[in-house]
Amino acid sequence: MATIEVGGKSYETDEEGYLVNLGEWDMDVANYIAKTESIDMTEQHWEVINFLREYFEEYQIAPAVRVLTKAIGKKLGPEKGTSEYLYALYPYGPGKQACKIAGLPKPTGCV
Amino acid sequence: MLHIVNKSPLENSSLESCLNVATSGDVLLIEDAVYAATTGNGFEPKLLAAMGKVKVYVLQPDLDARGMGDRLVAGVTSVDYSGFVDLTTTNNTCQSWL
Amino acid sequence: MSEIKKFMFVNRKAPYGTIYALESLEVVLITAAFDQDVSLVFLDDGVFQLKKGQQTKGIEIKNFSPTYRALEGYDVEKLYVMKESMEARGLTEDDLLVPVTVLTGAEMGALMDEQDVVLSF
Repeated sequence: MATIEVGGKSYETDEEGYLVNLGEWDMDVANYIAKTESIDMTEQHWEVINFLREYFEEYQIAPAVRVLTKAIGKKLGPEKGTSEYLYALYPYGPGKQACKIAGLPKPTGCV
Repeated sequence: MLHIVNKSPLENSSLESCLNVATSGDVLLIEDAVYAATTGNGFEPKLLAAMGKVKVYVLQPDLDARGMGDRLVAGVTSVDYSGFVDLTTTNNTCQSWL
Repeated sequence: MSEIKKFMFVNRKAPYGTIYALESLEVVLITAAFDQDVSLVFLDDGVFQLKKGQQTKGIEIKNFSPTYRALEGYDVEKLYVMKESMEARGLTEDDLLVPVTVLTGAEMGALMDEQDVVLSF
């Protein structure tokens, strides 16, 4: 267990830096985690984060990358539903980096 | 005496054994045993027959967790966690059927 | 892993009382990544896993039932429920949270015989 301190608020994380309590997530901690992953958050980045949070709300899991890619294509347009697009935004993997920024657990089966 | 059962009657015979043995007292259904007290379950006739000699209780949070809160067999009393504790204190002895 | 095999997951336990249902679901999600032919069957108390309206706040266990609805996105679309098991539990197809194919015990047995790998939970 570890904690992140942002703006006087503290957030509990696991040993890999994923938030323990999804309910604690907010934009401040998302921006902070993004910075530690060397990602400058743009509108396109947020679009993926919001999608992931909605997906989790509905299905209670973080999607596998293949499933995320397909679902993004359906929701945000085919030009965005490609691994090139998602890896350009999140070079170390949308599953790993975007889920962490979105405050979700690591996707099932993601190592 | 309080009998506590936590296994579905369609998977495991502990509830059936319990009801064959218990001639009086309270039977509390928790965890997967709550299915025994839902309408349409294959065990319903046996439960109804047993209700003549024992009083049957069910733990409501376990019923709700399984989406079965709205189909409790009539005559079965639902209790919450503090009701569970009350049952263990109002009875002198308690047997958990594993 | 170039050859596609038929995998069947047999679910026979109710959710929450034991960990089997959740473990099975997690293995299914992982298996789905390997592009195999996956079938899920629900018999005996396993059909309770698909009951609509599960509310687990009171027992403080994660409600994993919404995840069954994500299976379609994982291309896991073969879900079978045994008719006799469903009827013995006072359930109908309308009580289930995902579309399924209902099979009799005999049909279920035949389907099981066709598989390359059968995993029991």
